Amino acid sequence: MNALYENYFRKNLPHIWCSGCGNGIVMSAFARAMEQLGYDKNKTTAVSGIGCSSRITGYLDLNTLHTAHGRALPFATGVKMSEPEMNVFIFMGDGDCAAIGGNHFIHACRRNMDMTAIVINNHIYGMTGGQFSPLTPFGKKATTAPYGSVDPAFDLCELAKGAGANFVARGNVYHAKQLTDLIVAGARHKGFSLIEVMATCPVSYGRHNKMPKPIELMNHIKENTVSLARAAKMTPEELEGKVVNGILHQVDGKEYCQEYQNLLDRIQGGGK
Amino acid sequence: MSKVRLVQGNEACALGAIAAGATFYAGYPITPSTEVAEQIAVLFPKIGGKFIQMEDEIASIGAIIGASAAGHKSFTATSGPGFSLMQELIGYAAITEIPTVVIDVMRPGPSTGLPTLSSQGDIQQARWGTHGDHSIIALSPSSVMEAYYETIQAFNLAEKYRTPVVLLMDEEIGHLKERFEVNDEEKPEIINRKAPEPGKEYIPYENTEDMIPPFAVFGSGYRYHITGLTHGEKGFYSSALPVVDAMIRRLWHKIEDRVDDICRFEQVDTADAEILLIAYGSTARSAEEAAEVLRAEGIKAGVLRPITIWPFHDQYIAEICQGRKAIIVPEMNMGQYVREVQRVVQDVPVHSLTRVDGEMITPTEITAMVKEVL
Repeated sequence: MNALYENYFRKNLPHIWCSGCGNGIVMSAFARAMEQLGYDKNKTTAVSGIGCSSRITGYLDLNTLHTAHGRALPFATGVKMSEPEMNVFIFMGDGDCAAIGGNHFIHACRRNMDMTAIVINNHIYGMTGGQFSPLTPFGKKATTAPYGSVDPAFDLCELAKGAGANFVARGNVYHAKQLTDLIVAGARHKGFSLIEVMATCPVSYGRHNKMPKPIELMNHIKENTVSLARAAKMTPEELEGKVVNGILHQVDGKEYCQEYQNLLDRIQGGGK
Repeated sequence: MSKVRLVQGNEACALGAIAAGATFYAGYPITPSTEVAEQIAVLFPKIGGKFIQMEDEIASIGAIIGASAAGHKSFTATSGPGFSLMQELIGYAAITEIPTVVIDVMRPGPSTGLPTLSSQGDIQQARWGTHGDHSIIALSPSSVMEAYYETIQAFNLAEKYRTPVVLLMDEEIGHLKERFEVNDEEKPEIINRKAPEPGKEYIPYENTEDMIPPFAVFGSGYRYHITGLTHGEKGFYSSALPVVDAMIRRLWHKIEDRVDDICRFEQVDTADAEILLIAYGSTARSAEEAAEVLRAEGIKAGVLRPITIWPFHDQYIAEICQGRKAIIVPEMNMGQYVREVQRVVQDVPVHSLTRVDGEMITPTEITAMVKEVL
């Protein structure tokens, strides 16, 4: 018998991902989250950009929209704004979201439309074969940073918070159970939710950075992740190089579609 | 009941979109198209439509494609620089066959160019602006009333053919104010996209007899995949040679084979015309004036005004040009439409009259050229 969460898959295997890729873990965590959320599949749309992670939409039994590089959020904005009852999830990669889609990302955070963005951060452009992204840590190697990257990296969660997202969380593919919980919490929170997922790409990232085996990247995540509670008790020196996990930011601000509905009600009621 | 008013071309587009059933607009401010957005921002809330100002033109067209996938007639308005930015996603709308309407109010380019004056410089960009092979529909109105009716037609064609449609309007018409009168009893037919047949298996990109598969909107119960990758009939990525070939050819033929249905022209005094002026948009009005002046002087001139710019009706143009003494194509660019005319007309000299300083081509310029070539 299939597990319930498998109902959210189209079962059009094989998938395209390499051995040791974290994308499948994220997809599974999402499906388990869907099971908990109990959303009607017909009333749920998954939108993605371009890249390895964005191929997730092809495998999900939902309304799925695989868009253009960096542009998932504008498409999702159109779906949600026109159909506010639709549950909208967006899957993006780190280059997709933070580089080419960076402008859309900050404005989606600012509008605070009730959607959940899951950004799979494997620190690299995987599909094009391993170029550094704006989320590649400083000094790490890539095919376009063969001597180590001199580009500073964004802290995507801080960026989202600063831009106005109402729910910001970070999880990873090692703590898969927690990842499901974060997706559920993000989806239930009204407003724009970001879940950044630290993920693994042994082929295009690990291989260039002395972690070619999937288990090495998994261990790297495990050893360098600290929970929010633990981080609170650590000094800045101790936190150096660590990645903080959990719900990092949660507020109840004005949600865009609701505000627009209020405007419609006001104008149609004869107001100005 | 009809009401006569003074209306601007851009405003007429907004009114036409509403008459066509549009309920979603996403855009970014740009001269000389901004009045379309301003009008929609005022009017949509009154009828429950959704207006959103996006962070740029790429986001604008992305949002309208998303809203159209969710079942809403959607559009945006822009000008040259914004139209350039939109090209990749116009290609996305073409390959995914999602109905969208883009109003491009043309100003001189390239780059920032001359934002406040007029041009017809986006004729070829509308056809070939995005990469790869696909067909597209583009219309060009010559008056404020036509801006209204052609916007309705743009939506109708987008829905019928599942394609992006570009309304190519020169700034001259966009900012022109003239008499506007709509008779509610003579409302044009409104076409909506074909829905899947209930009870029948839905194949999202089925190669149906008419080459236009039915469109299941998101949320209607048909869960399927839309992708900008080459795809098979079920919508999923495929690189299989016959699948890719069939997909690209269907995108092409579903429009290029229907020129008789899509293409519309207006003819003025063409029956006995020795000189045929082929002009569109505001330039056609100068051409009509020029033809009248020439007739008064005893020169048999006539005007062919293409309302549909793309697809190009090879056979129609070739036939109508037959037996004339000369063809003159005046346009506010370096000769973009004339290339197509020259491609299909072999036995009659085809002359190009160009103007690129932002001003309209005057009737005098046209009559002068006619006398020069005679």
